[in-house]
Amino acid sequence: MWKYILKRVGYMALTLFTVVSITFLLIHSIPGDPFTSMVEDLPEESRQIYLEKYGYDQPLGVQYLKYLKQLLQGDLGASLRYPGRKVAEIVGEYAPVSASIGGTALVLGVALGLALGILAALYRDRWPDRVIMVVALLGTAIPTFVIAAVLQYALTVTWPLFPTTGYGTWKHMVLPVICMCVSPLATYARYMRSSVLDTANQDYILTAEAKGVSQFRIVTRHILRNAILPCITMICVSVAGIFSGSFIIEKIFAIPGLGKYFISAINDRDYSVVLGLNIVFTGLYIVSMLVSDILLMLVDPRLRLSNDK
Amino acid sequence: MTQLRAEDFTRIGLSEGEGEVLSGVSLTYLQDAWRRFQKNKVALAAMVLLILIVLFTVLAPVLSPYGFADQDLTCRNQTPSAAHWFGTDALGRDLFTRVAVGGRVSIAIGILGALIVAVVGCIYGGLAAYFGGQADMLMMRVVDILSSVPNLLLVILLSVVLNSSSIPTLLFAMTVTSWCPVARLVRAQMLQINRSEYVMAARVMGVSPLKIVVTHFIPNTISVIIVNVTFRIPGFIFNEAFLSYVGLGVAAPNTSWGALASAAQSSLLFYPYQMLFPALMIALTTLSFTLMGDGLRDALDPKMRR
Amino acid sequence: MEELLSVQNLRVSFHTYAGVVHAVRGVSFSMHEGEVLAIVGESGCGKTVTSKAVMRLLDRTSAKIDPASSIALDGRDMVRLSKRELNRLRGKEISMIFQDSMTSLNPTMTVGRQIMENILTHEKVTKQEARRRARELLELVEIPDPGARLENYPHQMSGGMRQRVMIAIALACKPKILIADEPTTALDVTIQAQLLDLLKQIQKKTGMSVLLVTHDLGIVANFAQRVQVMYAGVIVERGSVRDIFKAPRHPYTWALLSSVPGRALESKSELYALRGTPPDLRLPLEGCPFADRCEYCMNICRRESPAEMPVGEGHWSACWLCHEMAPAVEPPTGIGGGSHGGT
Repeated sequence: MWKYILKRVGYMALTLFTVVSITFLLIHSIPGDPFTSMVEDLPEESRQIYLEKYGYDQPLGVQYLKYLKQLLQGDLGASLRYPGRKVAEIVGEYAPVSASIGGTALVLGVALGLALGILAALYRDRWPDRVIMVVALLGTAIPTFVIAAVLQYALTVTWPLFPTTGYGTWKHMVLPVICMCVSPLATYARYMRSSVLDTANQDYILTAEAKGVSQFRIVTRHILRNAILPCITMICVSVAGIFSGSFIIEKIFAIPGLGKYFISAINDRDYSVVLGLNIVFTGLYIVSMLVSDILLMLVDPRLRLSNDK
Repeated sequence: MTQLRAEDFTRIGLSEGEGEVLSGVSLTYLQDAWRRFQKNKVALAAMVLLILIVLFTVLAPVLSPYGFADQDLTCRNQTPSAAHWFGTDALGRDLFTRVAVGGRVSIAIGILGALIVAVVGCIYGGLAAYFGGQADMLMMRVVDILSSVPNLLLVILLSVVLNSSSIPTLLFAMTVTSWCPVARLVRAQMLQINRSEYVMAARVMGVSPLKIVVTHFIPNTISVIIVNVTFRIPGFIFNEAFLSYVGLGVAAPNTSWGALASAAQSSLLFYPYQMLFPALMIALTTLSFTLMGDGLRDALDPKMRR
Repeated sequence: MEELLSVQNLRVSFHTYAGVVHAVRGVSFSMHEGEVLAIVGESGCGKTVTSKAVMRLLDRTSAKIDPASSIALDGRDMVRLSKRELNRLRGKEISMIFQDSMTSLNPTMTVGRQIMENILTHEKVTKQEARRRARELLELVEIPDPGARLENYPHQMSGGMRQRVMIAIALACKPKILIADEPTTALDVTIQAQLLDLLKQIQKKTGMSVLLVTHDLGIVANFAQRVQVMYAGVIVERGSVRDIFKAPRHPYTWALLSSVPGRALESKSELYALRGTPPDLRLPLEGCPFADRCEYCMNICRRESPAEMPVGEGHWSACWLCHEMAPAVEPPTGIGGGSHGGT
């Protein structure tokens, strides 16, 4: 098992390296340089000074190697736009905001989604199933920004219960959290329902029934444990998406989170920040994939042992 | 029991050939799938709705007296009326026409995106399965790495880097990594078919490789791909809407449902109907594709039927 | 011997998108204490459905047991029992083993826990006690190193060993009846023989009744005392093993026996292959279900379905050939039994 994890970590490093290289190349292939777009009518002389100061006058290969060296030392770089602001600081400042909203939404969405999916499967083809599946379908079909718009219109304008935008109190969190949990809720409900139905059709459930095990125990001990296994990978991917997948909500509700910062960095052409944040997002994504694999091995004895050999 | 007579016990034996006739009506795979699909009223309704939406996007701009970019500053932000069925926007443009034109873009992106992903994925996955061994390992490792890049992040990055909001650019940005799952699916499917007894039997009997591909591989993969593509279309429509919503998607003078919704956002509090129509269209279209996908999956693969 | 299980006029239908399939069309039989009764027939004849119906294990949404059917276990009617009452019987008085041991064991539970689950469900014992008994059961089914094997997951065991675990689970509460649905079909031939010997030996030791469901006549000859042959949802012939193998009276039984490779070898005759396919179970049956494939088909066979007619002591056959007015026919060469018309 350890050997397998070690191998996976190796692949992770390779993936991260590839992503870093591609992003670096992409960003440096943008026509023009960051300083032209920053200040209009930048005098040619000061532009040269800037270019030299940040090493942009050197060949791309040298810049690339320098950047890699810097990364290996754990330095994600600093903002071009706001000198002195390190990417690590930006992450430290904005990530908790994203995490508090995205995390709450994810926990709520996944928990409710799984519960509703199980409920729908147990009441298969009866009214609770139909109601839940219609709601889940709507949840997957209506874009988040529409839900956000409707909520803003209804709960801040018509009945002013919550503030429209901003971040600070729990009241600020309610609307974005609701918006963000709709999609996971719908996805997990649909997925869990089919997973439970699938497991309930397995032969070993028949064996359990033949033993005279009660329906309750069959559901809790035999069906749920096996049905939830395939959801673990999905949950880990969702966790990684807390930061990189919440641009729109953060933008709509003007939440000072990492996603919003990423978008404004792109608009500002603050390349070093874009590059740095991209690495952070990707790294997070890869790590959660690894965590999901390890978790799966812990709960699924079949995987645990086949990797021992 | 009724009275039995001697001739009842006359032996008639086996009537020649009769024993071999299957008593059930046998249908070809596609006929059978179509029959199952038709029985699914929800999927059928979704298909009809989709056809209506497509007809609307194709015909409405032609029939409408307004051009989609025609501005009429005398009638700005009008509520829906007999003259402007969906109302007008801040520049006095007819929203009925604009929603239809935007729909062309959104649906085209959805379908084209899914098709590109399907074709690239099939070729790549098929080749990986065909070569096998080291080449397969390497090709799949590339897929692993590409799919480790957060999708939306890459799309945003690419649309900035390519610095253009034309539809081909957008399509490129959205499909550049999303073919990976299809490639995995196709490869897995191919390998599974390759291991199957019926392909082995065909080989042993000396059926030509081309014929094996045509009679076994394609029919057994195509259904999985069709279902997968149908489920991917709403994803593309959604992503385009997101990108347009944050201002990275389709740019003026072109428009899409996402762009229309985005434009309506600022004046939502005063003119909610401007958001309503594009949002409704997005929801109806993605809903129909999802429901049709469910129906197709059940129809094409009875084993997956829930 | 006391009558343990009595099935009367069992009818089961499945509601599928293609129509209503009448899989079992009026099956009646009974089982006595300590006897081994086999149901044989080709796939799709309804033998597995019958066995699952007895356990009430059929999917409630698609399968319907006709309310006029009765399945009496020790005087209790399984068809009319509540779920709770059913659960008290299943695994305790009547238990079942399935064909595919690969998929019939929960992959995420150790085999020890799966055996203990049965004991703990039906008896008020401590976990340690249940564990001790699970260990004994593994010993009973001759699994080496039972203590360590309790901690194994199903995928760590071979197919034969998994099937032994299935037997251990089924026997955990010393049931009066064991239903074995194709217990050895998925296994290698050598393992099949070992497993069959084990089952036989355990049956002798415990004196339980076994309802053996199989298409393998070799197993039937080896293990069963009474046999019923099923075709298209009905029982076409029943009798002792001796009756069925030495003096079969139904053309379908003849066909079944002629298609056993070993027999053809013995009698140097050609291996017999039954022509055609069983009738469409969606349609109502007119006449004898076997008429279309029967070489001896008569006019009446197409018109009226034959009732079971006694052809010997404890031997019945549902065939018009056994009617007193029928002409005498010779069974195919190699098949034992006398001529028809007057035995």
